[in-house]
Parts: sequence; structure tokens; C-alpha cells
Amino acid sequence: MTVGLEHYLTVSALLFGLGLYAVLTRRNAVALLMGVELILNAANLNFVAFARYVDGGVEGHIVAAFVIVLAAAEAAVALAIVLAMFRNFGTVNVDTVNRLKR
Amino acid sequence: MSGDLVFYGFALLTVLSGFFVVASRNVVHAAFSLLFTLFGVAGLYAQLGADFLAVTQTVVYIGGILVLVVFAVMMTRIPRSDAPRRGLDRAVPAAILALLSFALIYMVIVGARWPERATGAPEATVAEIGTGLMTRFVFPFEYASLVLLAAMVGAAILIRERAPQDDDGDGTEVQR
Repeated sequence: MTVGLEHYLTVSALLFGLGLYAVLTRRNAVALLMGVELILNAANLNFVAFARYVDGGVEGHIVAAFVIVLAAAEAAVALAIVLAMFRNFGTVNVDTVNRLKR
Repeated sequence: MSGDLVFYGFALLTVLSGFFVVASRNVVHAAFSLLFTLFGVAGLYAQLGADFLAVTQTVVYIGGILVLVVFAVMMTRIPRSDAPRRGLDRAVPAAILALLSFALIYMVIVGARWPERATGAPEATVAEIGTGLMTRFVFPFEYASLVLLAAMVGAAILIRERAPQDDDGDGTEVQR
């Protein structure tokens, strides 16, 4: 069977499942962020696969490029938050940073 | 066909290293596995004829975001003993949920009748993407630069050292 749209979508779905599992289980804020990056990459792969096999244009590529830009902005802000968290609480465990709950 | 072999190679690299990102208990190992995952996705982009995106993925993700992540890991290392163990009580429901969502998506992928078109040899996309960014997508393009500026300023403010305390009690802020 030649490689087609379904193959890429399956890889993307696998990546999404792995990222979801990481977001649900990891308590380290940096590892949590890695799970989010996996999910974003899964979405991007879908955009590019559909651009090639269904749409045929480059609009999907442009949207994927915007997703990469937003992922970079998100990573910068999130890691700054992680560093501030580490400075104030001495930990990066997201379960112990719950001052707003008390 | 050799193109299929390349696809399976990159797909295997992506999924296997993605699994290690999730499974590895050591955050440094996870970060280095993420490198291979992102590289595998870049290879898949190249397979799909997205030359510009493959390069962007390599430069921005591997060269930028991953370096940020590794720096964050280095600056926030805590002794191993302080890290609470992950219990099975969280891993099992999370695994079930992740598997269920994968199964659901996979059923849709296999079941749907995608309006596929015949694909020829991939063409260079850089010129078309450049034209698109300057015409149809010029507003999101400019907006993205604003978002990046805001993120940069926000990150710089967030990690700034706290301002010196007002010790003399006259209510004026200490000049910095």
C-alpha cells in the first residue's frame, strides 16, 4: 500500500495521543510544555498533509508557519513563568504551586 | 518505492522518540528525545513537499524552542529525591483517555472519505508562501509580529529580578 493521506494523519494522531498523555501525567512544568509541543506538532502535520493531498495550495503551509510562530511565543512566555515559579516556590512541580487555592 | 521507505523511517523516528519524551522520567532525556521527534516531523514535512516548513521547523523548533527548553531544564533542576513519584492512579486513567482519543481519531481517519486529489511531484513553495504572506495573509503576518513583541516583553518582565525594596521608608522607589 503506497503512503497516502491516512498514513500522515495516523502519525499525527499518535503524536497527539502521546502529547495528551504527557500533559495529563507529567507534573514537571517543563515536561508538561514538551507535551504541548507534541500536540502542536501533531496539528501542524495535519495542516501540511491536507495541504498536499486535499487542497493542493500553500495556505496550509502558511497556517502551519503561524502555528510555529505562536508556539515559539508560547514557549518563551511559559518558560519565563517556569523560571519565576522556580524562583518563588523552589520547585517546578505544578501540583505544589497552588497558592491561589488556599 | 524508496519514498515510502523514507516515510516509514521518519514516522518511526517521530513516534518512537515521541514515546520516549512521554515515558522518560528524566527531563533531560525527554528534552533530547524531543529533538528527534521534531527532526522526524521536519522530515515528514519534507516528504510532503513543504520545503519551507521543513527548514522553519528545524530552525525555530530545534534551534530555538528546544534550546529554551534545555536552558529551562538546566536552571530548574531539583534533587532527584525531592521529585515526588508519579503514581499509577494518575497514569492509568491518563493512558486510557489518550488511547481512547487516539482510537476515536483513527476511526475518523479510516472511516472518512477524504476528497483526495492526484498528487504530482512536489514543487518549491517558498515563492508562493512569500507572496501569500504579503497579500492574503498580510494582516495575520503583521499581527504575528505584534504577538512576538508582546511575548518578548512579557517574558523579559516575568524573569526580571524583583525591584530593590524601599528601605528608607520615604515612599519613593529606589532608583535603578
